[in-house]
Amino acid sequence: MDMNRRQFFKVCAGGLGASSLAVMGFSPTEVLAQVRGFKLDRTTETRSTCPYCSVSCGVIMYTRGDGAKNNKPAIIHIEGDPDNPVNRGTLCPKGAGLLDMIQSPNRTKYPEVRAPGSNEWKRISWDEAIERIAKHMKADRDRNLIKVNEAGTTVNRWNTVGFLASSAASNESGYLSVKVTRGLGMVAIDTQARI
Amino acid sequence: MTNHWVDIKNTDLVLIMGGNAAEAHPCGFKWVTEAMQQRKAKLIVVDPRFTRSAAVADQYAPLRNGTDIAFLGGVINYLLTNDKIHHEYVKHYTDATFLTKEGFGFDNGFYSGYNEQKRVYDKSTWGYQLGADGYVVADETMQDPRCVYQQLKKHYSRYTPEQVSKITGTPKDQFLKVCEQIASTSKPDRVMTILYALGWTQHSVGAQNIRTMAMIQLLLGNMGRPGGGVNALRGHANVQGITDMCLYSEVLPGYMGAPTDADTTFAGYVKARALKPLRPNQMSYWQNFGKFFVSLQKAWFGPAATKENDFAYDWLPKKDAPYDVLAIFERMYQGKMNGFLCQGFNPLAALPNQKKLSAALSKLKYLVVMDPLTTETSEFWRNFGALNDVDPAKIQTEVFRLPATCFAEEEGSFTNSGRVASWKHSVGVAPGEAKADSEIFARMFVKLREMYRKEGGTLPEPVLNLYWPYQKAEQPTSDELLREISGKALVDLLSPPDPKNPKEPPKLLLQAGQQVPLFATLRDDGSTSCGNWLYSGCYSQAGNLTARRSTSDPSGLGTYPQWGYSWPANRRILYNRASADPAGKPWDVARAYERWDGAKWTGPDVPDMAPGAAPEQNVGPFIMNPEGVARLHAIGMAEGPFPEHYEPFENPLGVNLMCPTNPKAVSNPAARVYKGDLEAFGKPNEFPFVGTTYRLTEHHHFWTKHARSNAIVQPAPFVEISEELAKEKGISNGQMVKVKSNRGEVKAAAVVTKRIRPWEVNGKKVHMVGVPIHWGFKGVTQNGYLANALTPYVGDANCQTPEFKAFLVNIEKA
Repeated sequence: MDMNRRQFFKVCAGGLGASSLAVMGFSPTEVLAQVRGFKLDRTTETRSTCPYCSVSCGVIMYTRGDGAKNNKPAIIHIEGDPDNPVNRGTLCPKGAGLLDMIQSPNRTKYPEVRAPGSNEWKRISWDEAIERIAKHMKADRDRNLIKVNEAGTTVNRWNTVGFLASSAASNESGYLSVKVTRGLGMVAIDTQARI
Repeated sequence: MTNHWVDIKNTDLVLIMGGNAAEAHPCGFKWVTEAMQQRKAKLIVVDPRFTRSAAVADQYAPLRNGTDIAFLGGVINYLLTNDKIHHEYVKHYTDATFLTKEGFGFDNGFYSGYNEQKRVYDKSTWGYQLGADGYVVADETMQDPRCVYQQLKKHYSRYTPEQVSKITGTPKDQFLKVCEQIASTSKPDRVMTILYALGWTQHSVGAQNIRTMAMIQLLLGNMGRPGGGVNALRGHANVQGITDMCLYSEVLPGYMGAPTDADTTFAGYVKARALKPLRPNQMSYWQNFGKFFVSLQKAWFGPAATKENDFAYDWLPKKDAPYDVLAIFERMYQGKMNGFLCQGFNPLAALPNQKKLSAALSKLKYLVVMDPLTTETSEFWRNFGALNDVDPAKIQTEVFRLPATCFAEEEGSFTNSGRVASWKHSVGVAPGEAKADSEIFARMFVKLREMYRKEGGTLPEPVLNLYWPYQKAEQPTSDELLREISGKALVDLLSPPDPKNPKEPPKLLLQAGQQVPLFATLRDDGSTSCGNWLYSGCYSQAGNLTARRSTSDPSGLGTYPQWGYSWPANRRILYNRASADPAGKPWDVARAYERWDGAKWTGPDVPDMAPGAAPEQNVGPFIMNPEGVARLHAIGMAEGPFPEHYEPFENPLGVNLMCPTNPKAVSNPAARVYKGDLEAFGKPNEFPFVGTTYRLTEHHHFWTKHARSNAIVQPAPFVEISEELAKEKGISNGQMVKVKSNRGEVKAAAVVTKRIRPWEVNGKKVHMVGVPIHWGFKGVTQNGYLANALTPYVGDANCQTPEFKAFLVNIEKA
């Protein structure tokens, strides 16, 4: 197909890159600089909520990667969700930097343990971590759970272990945490709401 | 919030005090801007420093840290003296007419009933007089000197403008100008909103700070109104939700009081909390406590919770002592704790007195940190020079650090500050082997249960019988959990017998297994299950209502009734019946909200009232209170039914000007101070300046220092001082300084600014040193001292929130 430079740019602005045009059988008579497609075109949009302050702005996360088994999606952009009635697509400096937090070099990746007196971390497996932690907790609970207080009242209280809950975890996660901790007999539980 | 974010656009006057919305909640602050631009609303900011909120305000008034009650007490005095109150609202919707008891009094800093030894009040002289019928006694004319209105007037007559100015350092004319503006909203067609945050909560009188403002909003008739309310700007995206799920020791999900050692029987436990009405016809909605509690136990223990075993009441641990985070770390410090699970929280950085915290953590046998990022707490044992001066060889704590997913990688609901729960989706993949918090907890529980099955142990029953119906035991889905939270019928629910037609066969209301429509369906006989009655209805037979995304706003008041789910019952403004007069007609036609249409309550929102309660029945709008009205006189507070000014525990004056001859009432007489922490308070001769901690626009706590772009815009720690203090100490802009308290020190660059000015307090000049908190020894920013090396280990008398906002420091060139 014959087209001049202006026509070519008009067509490409619609989102098709030069390579797509070529595939479809059209190609300009002149070779022009490769036009980049709009970056977000082939991304998947996921709607989430910024975890920082309690405006809880709606965000849209754009991931690239087709979801095939060996192709892990990567977030390439985050912006405010225009549909959200509260933030209407805006974000503040904290939220605007979300991608850098998600992709921070300081993200924890593997279970680790620091032995008493040691100066370093040692990587362990999840199974080992859960086993060792559960052993600690059971030994602690078996020895220290108070079934009856001095007045003879059944109290079933385990107060030698404590728990601080995350305020960036979902309601469902929080609910499960309180169900489990109360079910184990824990009383020393608290949250960021306190401070 | 009693209202919600978008509703702020409906107001006539915004008061930002104890908060800094433009910097800490910028996208929410846009609604203040909307109100100012579209409605010509005015903005007043009262704050120790000239913040970015102040920079766009119509009026800024300075205030010494920790003197908010003096200021607001002065406002109450102004309103009552000038009779600028919403008379009808006060008379019908508050306890202003109720008579207080004969023995109630206040003298020189103490209310009646103070026990100096125990630092606690015997409240038997507080509260209302009750008649022989068990109902409160009232004086409709409000002339009886014992009525709440007269008692209020008498108490706050002591907060004259001169006295206020002496204590707060606010120039008298500026204080009066603020009063005038606030008073203008006493008219039925003008409303004010208050936006507050940690500047009010982080004090030893924090709860009373907020209460004073709630009283002002009641006197002005601003509760339950569009553009009104008492609006907390909370700190984290889901702290509201986590608070509602009640992950703290005093309560069970839905703010039900947790059992204590005094609740020796199930029947007694429920009776003490199922509050009966104190006036005829009042809803006193906590009457239904038994239904909510039994339904919770069915969610937690399933078939194992039966009528015969009091619905597994004994399996719940009873509380014998405080277990707030300061109490937990005090116990840890005393060597009474073995283990600690720390999920998405960084206490070494976030709690007061780093030295004490570090010593406490070092006494643990095992610490488990679950976090998406490497935190200071997880490495409390590592030496970082002056920033964390410890010797790992001396610390015997075994520390596990488990990688958790972050918000982007978790599906579930978040509840914002305005009580709106919204569903969010996951990108589906996390770095390395990171797992969701719920999966980590599920794995731990399943492992423990397996161990109890195999080996037995102490009290295995609640562990073995915790109801765990999830398809994948180690991966309960958020969908399964939200259904459980919202609640369902366990058997076919039939309608109760109709007293008019007793022979009529019962109707089927709900089939076994169906989700309940609302908490009103819940029963106390074990036939319903519900994980959190407040959220009941959010996942009904219609589906997951938190996932609704309708941008429809029919009334134009920003209600968005079908975006997400607002607890309770999808009500967007709490107490909204109070937006209409006693006859059911809106106070303000232009912003008409709920009204009585002759047969029912109706309007843009779900009425916060029994839908068919006719106005003549006088059912009060404050339906959770047994009196049906709001409390100006509140006996639930630790230090007094009326808020009183007390100085921060570390203060520059050494005297409380409201009761200068009582040295025992300088600071909150009911606040808890541990031995050791009392000795760690500094004195003004050594530490003459008021220290305070706060936040910057570009950072969020100790979190965004891990994010490169935030690190770029605010890379390095600094402290802020006034030009006057800088001159006094010979400190120039950018120079390294050392800020010291009696507990620790912080070294940082000094920013010399006009935005901080000394106050004149009782004839003396008082300086402030501002310490932004955001740095630590783990991050991509430059490392810095933890600000909480400086802060005092003392909290509010009611809720133990630490006094981070007002303490004493000294400053010198480093």
